[in-house]
Amino acid sequence: MRIGVVTFPGSLDDHDATRAIRVAGGEPVALWHGDADLRGVDAVVLPGGFSYGDYLRCGAIARFAPVMDVLVPAAKGGLPVLGICNGFQVLCESHLLPGALIRNDHRKFVCRDQVLRVENTATAWTSDFEQGQEITIVLKNGEGGFVADQRTLDELEGEGRVAFRYVVRDGDGLNGRNPNGSYRDIAGVTNERGNVVGLMPHPEHCVEPGYGPSLDGLPFFTSVLTSVVNA
Amino acid sequence: MGTVVIDVMLKSEILDPQGQAVAGALPRLGFTQFTDVRQGKRFELAVDGEVTEEVLAAAREAAEKLLSNPVIEDVVRVAELTDETAGQPA
Repeated sequence: MRIGVVTFPGSLDDHDATRAIRVAGGEPVALWHGDADLRGVDAVVLPGGFSYGDYLRCGAIARFAPVMDVLVPAAKGGLPVLGICNGFQVLCESHLLPGALIRNDHRKFVCRDQVLRVENTATAWTSDFEQGQEITIVLKNGEGGFVADQRTLDELEGEGRVAFRYVVRDGDGLNGRNPNGSYRDIAGVTNERGNVVGLMPHPEHCVEPGYGPSLDGLPFFTSVLTSVVNA
Repeated sequence: MGTVVIDVMLKSEILDPQGQAVAGALPRLGFTQFTDVRQGKRFELAVDGEVTEEVLAAAREAAEKLLSNPVIEDVVRVAELTDETAGQPA
């Protein structure tokens, strides 16, 4: 099972994503932003970081990299794609996922262990979770506020395309609000087909004992191995 | 040599944290009459020749495709940069 990890200028978490794929039992394959070539991989991860320095808008310039010219049609054709943080921003800018990510409403960078609720286990990247399961993974972003117009938000809810929601509880230091101002507490979404998933928190940092708050990131990467085998 | 000026603003229904930060600073400087601030982006695209209809059409396309994200932003102006569009000195 070969899973590509794209490196853009300014990608930061491509190595952790590579490691997470290996820990989960997959074979990571390095993909380069400047090559319009997916090297025959079975799935792709767009990692976190600050591609092109977040200039213009986060993900806006990466979206037109040569590798995206082949990735966008492949994703539309069913190739599993996971966008993490900056990768999520790239997927939204590519219009593979709806909505956009804007600056956190409180205007501060946030870095914390964050509880999420898994809302959709029918996607290529979430099938190893239980419906409604609460997981704790790392969240670190400055521009992670998920926004979309009301109609799009209603559509996402109606079609079960909210994949993850921030769990907000008394005493979690968030004063009753989600960590970045995301509309309807949305942390991650999926496309209609369920092969493309994007989220702001970082599962790739939570796959090994001793690093991160949990091992809750691992099922993302084991899910896709199963989904590719069953495809 | 001509220049096209493009202005992009966040849609009114999208929260503007940068604008709010500026709005919060103004009263501290004594500017109490401004009730809200929205911050946008201005691009200036230079061309070798005149700014023709074709150049403006290309600029409009670039504005929609790259310079703005239609999910959260509106292109509010695409025009040739002249003394008038550049704005008068204060």
